Amino acid sequence: MKLNGRAKEAFIISTTKDQVLLEIQGLRKDYGTTTVLNDINLTIHKGEVVVILGPSGCGKSTLLRCLNGLEAIQGGEIRFAGKNLTGKNVHWQEYRQKIGMVFQNYDLFPHMSVIENILLGPLQVQKRPKKEVLEQAQQLLERVGLLNRKDAYPRELSGGQKQRIAIVRALCMNPEIMLFDEVTAALDPEMVREVLDVILGLAKQGMTMVIVTHEMGFAQAVADRIVFIDAGNICEIAKPAEFFANPQTERAQQFLNIFQF
Amino acid sequence: MGINWEFVITALPLYEKAAWLTLKLALWGILSSLVIGLLCSIVLYYKTKGLAPLVRGYIELSRNTPLLIQLFFLYYGLTKLGIVLSEQTCAIVGLAFLGGSYMAEAFRGGVESVSKSQIESGLSIGLSNLQLIRYVILPQAFSVTLPSLGANCIFLLKETSIVGAIAIPDLMHVTQDLIGMYYQTFEALLMLVIAYLILLLPVSFFLTWLERKVRYAEFGN
Amino acid sequence: MLNSGISVLTEGSNLLRLMGGLLITARIALIAIILGSLLGIIVGLVRTSKSRVLRFICRFYLELFRIIPILVWLFFVYFGVPGIFDIHLEGELVAVIVFSLWGAAEMGDIVRGALESLPKHQIESGKALGLNFWQLYRFVLLPQATRRMLPGAINLSTRMVKTTSLVVMIGVIDVVKVGQQIIERSILKEPTSSFWIYGFIFILYFIICYPLSKLSKKLEAKWES
Repeated sequence: MKLNGRAKEAFIISTTKDQVLLEIQGLRKDYGTTTVLNDINLTIHKGEVVVILGPSGCGKSTLLRCLNGLEAIQGGEIRFAGKNLTGKNVHWQEYRQKIGMVFQNYDLFPHMSVIENILLGPLQVQKRPKKEVLEQAQQLLERVGLLNRKDAYPRELSGGQKQRIAIVRALCMNPEIMLFDEVTAALDPEMVREVLDVILGLAKQGMTMVIVTHEMGFAQAVADRIVFIDAGNICEIAKPAEFFANPQTERAQQFLNIFQF
Repeated sequence: MGINWEFVITALPLYEKAAWLTLKLALWGILSSLVIGLLCSIVLYYKTKGLAPLVRGYIELSRNTPLLIQLFFLYYGLTKLGIVLSEQTCAIVGLAFLGGSYMAEAFRGGVESVSKSQIESGLSIGLSNLQLIRYVILPQAFSVTLPSLGANCIFLLKETSIVGAIAIPDLMHVTQDLIGMYYQTFEALLMLVIAYLILLLPVSFFLTWLERKVRYAEFGN
Repeated sequence: MLNSGISVLTEGSNLLRLMGGLLITARIALIAIILGSLLGIIVGLVRTSKSRVLRFICRFYLELFRIIPILVWLFFVYFGVPGIFDIHLEGELVAVIVFSLWGAAEMGDIVRGALESLPKHQIESGKALGLNFWQLYRFVLLPQATRRMLPGAINLSTRMVKTTSLVVMIGVIDVVKVGQQIIERSILKEPTSSFWIYGFIFILYFIICYPLSKLSKKLEAKWES
């Protein structure tokens, strides 16, 4: 795989299934003198869906933000498709096109319409032809059932609609991996389902995803692996069926008890 | 207490001329402050070494001292250093000096109003710093900055009432002269107040209208 | 050449006289701030009243002071009132009157803003406990509103202190006027005295206003809720 020097265009990864897409080794993140993430080791293969669970403040959102370069790490390594994402001079602008992220507060650009929000990245960053991008955008909007709102502004949409648009916006960049940071936490209960259904759809199509969530039922349905983090350390990694029925560690058990009445 | 209309009619051209002068000085002052304010806020945003603390010092200095003293210092004080400015230049420099810091604060407020999560959202789709500024920050900052800029314009327009102190034949000066010479105090004061109302009310209404329009295009998340 | 000029500050009783002038400035500002705040609280309460007429009158009063420059007001009262009512007013008295009225108008707006920003359920909880109108204000609303008012009030005070520099234009012997007198006397001996005197007064105002504005910002940041 050759790269065109310091190409500003998205670089092509031709990965095969089961190839290692993301490798995290010994990652450490500090806020001042407090260590919030300690010795995180995780390997994610193409097509895998990894769900990260844990109590509030355990560092799961921080981990996600480290993967996207929104937080700097103080130790360890992150390798994405073989490329080292740690150290100085990382061209995040290139990698972020391949790593899609959806946030808890959707953060659509309020001064742009839905379609403008979606087209901004592909047109201005990836410099793709408008016709092609428009077609893709419309297809994706159709899939999440919002093609008829393409000219609406974010303020006219409900939370669930905005979140689905946020997912479409990220997908339109053709990422290799999608990161979801508690994307249903800010939504009214009725809207949670419509968003989770979209993510489930993506999983069926083989999108590699790392999901941070509190929705236990969803986690069990969508995950290939559950990663349980507590106080900045990975406590347990297991398949969902095993994790929910038979957690290996005390802390995991305590955590799951919170959701049982 | 009747009004001496004859006097009013005779004095009208004087007031008109003075009003135009006030407007002219205010306009130059406003334009200069906008430029200064923009430059200052750019320096502060990029935290330019060496310049940023100077700019911050300038802002604190100009916001915590009265325009009158700034004018006196410029007009009477600087001449001693060999810098001689005409009255009008002095007035404009004074207004620009004071206004620049207010405009800088307005710009800063606008930029800071764009939340961190908006910026992260832009970064996550691969926007460069320049693209962030152009597509995400500036459009959103604008609607927040505009009301402040407008308020500053009105403020500067009102502050021009002070420039009469350095012998500029503005509205205040004309009024003082007329009171001193003809004792038609009430008429002179009435015209003074009306002159300022004519200058300021339209601007104020225009700005309120503009604000409302920008807020309509405004967008909550 | 400039270096020798600084002596105009240390010469004779110049510094003392300047301080005397500063005292006058401070006196006007202080009285106006106190009167303005007290009146302002009342105006603020009136502006939250149910009477549309009362609210309109107060709003109109505020806008008058916001549209018309303070210097124009000073002139209006100083030259105009003696003309109409045939009485003589001292510049200082005029200053106190105009500044207090201005302060009350602006303070009223700050108070109104603070009261209106209080969550409605505070009033409902108070009523549910059986408090009457005055008790409600005294124990529940005003203490909380005070927090929201303070940064704006301090900001207003700073603006008022700066504006007191204008009273020299209606003949008050404040720090600016004293400075001018000193310059007139010293200008022959020390040609650069205007630079030093006005520069000094500039610094004086800065010393007074800067801590106030810093305090206001600190309070605002601290109580950012």
